[in-house]
Amino acid sequence: MDAQTLIARRIALELRDGMLVNLGIGIPTLVANFVPPGMHIFFQSENGLIGTAPIREEGMALRYLTDAGGRPVSAIPGACTFDSAVSFGLIRGGHVDMTVLGGLQVSERGQLANWMIPGKMVPGMGGAMDLVSGARRVVVAMQHTAKGRSKVVRECTLPLTSSRTIHLLVTELAVIGFPEGRATLLETAPGVDVQEVLAATEAKLVVPSTVPQMSIQETHA
Amino acid sequence: MQTTTLEDAVARIRDGASLMVGGFMAVGTPERLIDEIIRQNKRDLTVIGNDTAMPGVGIGKLIDARCVRKVITSHIGLNPQTQQQMIAKEIAVELVPQGTLIERIRAGGYGLGGVLTPTGVGTVVEEGKRKIEVDGQDYLLETPLRADFALLQAFLADYLGNLTYALTARNFNPVIAMAADTVVVDAEHIVPVGMIPPDHVVTPAPLVDYLITQG
Repeated sequence: MDAQTLIARRIALELRDGMLVNLGIGIPTLVANFVPPGMHIFFQSENGLIGTAPIREEGMALRYLTDAGGRPVSAIPGACTFDSAVSFGLIRGGHVDMTVLGGLQVSERGQLANWMIPGKMVPGMGGAMDLVSGARRVVVAMQHTAKGRSKVVRECTLPLTSSRTIHLLVTELAVIGFPEGRATLLETAPGVDVQEVLAATEAKLVVPSTVPQMSIQETHA
Repeated sequence: MQTTTLEDAVARIRDGASLMVGGFMAVGTPERLIDEIIRQNKRDLTVIGNDTAMPGVGIGKLIDARCVRKVITSHIGLNPQTQQQMIAKEIAVELVPQGTLIERIRAGGYGLGGVLTPTGVGTVVEEGKRKIEVDGQDYLLETPLRADFALLQAFLADYLGNLTYALTARNFNPVIAMAADTVVVDAEHIVPVGMIPPDHVVTPAPLVDYLITQG
C-alpha cells in the first residue's frame, strides 16, 4: 500500500456518523474513498456545497457543480448549496466537525504551516487559515519527511497557518497526538518501529510505554 | 434596474475602476462581461474576487490580457500568470483568507465598520491590523471592502432583476451584489416576473442596476 492510501485509510477511522467534514486537496481528498460502510458523512466543499460526491462517469459533469478546485463533482440526495459567507460561517463558527488538511510542517506543540514557502511558493491561503481557526477538530495528513528532512519539527520555520494547534497528525510512519500541547506518539504504521519514527522526527516526541500499531479502515466495494 | 447591452454596460467601466467579480475558479464568473472588458481594453483595474482562476478562464483572462493592476483575493495558486506578474511587480496582490475576504465584502455591503475574526491571529495576516480582545479571545479587526462595480453571473433573472443562482455558481455573487456602487448582472436565463417564487429569490431586484440583454 502506498503512503497516501495508508494515511487516508487511517484518517477514515476518525469519521463518525453524521459528521460535517471538510477535506483539503491532496491526500485529504482520498479519505472520502474510505468512509466506513453504512456511515453517512456530510462532506463540505467550501465553494458552497454540502453533500459533494464523485462524478459517476465521464460525460455527467455539470459546469456549475464543482469542488473547491473547480473540478466537476456530483452531489448526494439531500445535498445543499449556499454562498461563500455561509460556507465560511460554517467553517469559522465551529459547525464543521472535522477538517483534514495537508501540511508542510507540524511543530511539536501542534502548530501547522501549510500555505506558503517564502520566495518559492506563494499560492495564497485560500480557506486553510479559516479551517484551522474554526473547525472543531483539525487532522493533518502529510508525509513524515520531504527530501530526507523531517516535516515534524521543533518549531515551524515556515509561516504558520493559525496560532490554534491541530488535534491529530497522521503520516505514513505514525499517528501523533498533542495532549497537553506535547507531540505524543500514539501509533506506529504497520512494519514501522518506534526507533524508525524517532529517527525520522525532528520534534521531541513523547513515547508512552506501549505504542500500538496503526489500524486502518478496510476497503470495501 | 435598466436592461442594457454588453457593450454599453462595460463602456461605463473606466480605466482604474475597482471591480468585484463573482466566481470560484471561474464557476459563476460572468464570462461575457470579462470578454467585453478585454475587447474594450480596460486598464489598471483593481479586481476583488475569490481567486484568479486559471489562464484562459474567468478572472484569469483579465490577468492574461494585463487589464489588472491590483487583485485582492484568497488564492492565486492555480494561476501561474498571476504569480509571474506578481514576482515581476506588474501586478499587486493582496492575499486575504477566504473567510475574511467574504466577510470584508459582506461588511462593506451591510453597512458595518468591519468584522472581528480569529482567522489570521498569530500569523503574518495580523501584521498592521488592530487586535481586539472580546471575552478573553483575540480577534483581528478586518475592514470593509467596497467597489465601483460588482459583476455577477446569475442563473435566472426576472424582468425586474430578482436573481437566483445555480448550485456552486452562487459563491461570491449574492454577497458582492450588496457591496458595489453599480451592480451589473449577466444571467443564463431572463424570465417573466413571477416565475421566480418570492421564497426562491436570493438577490432582491432593487440591488441590480444593469441586466445584460441576451443575444
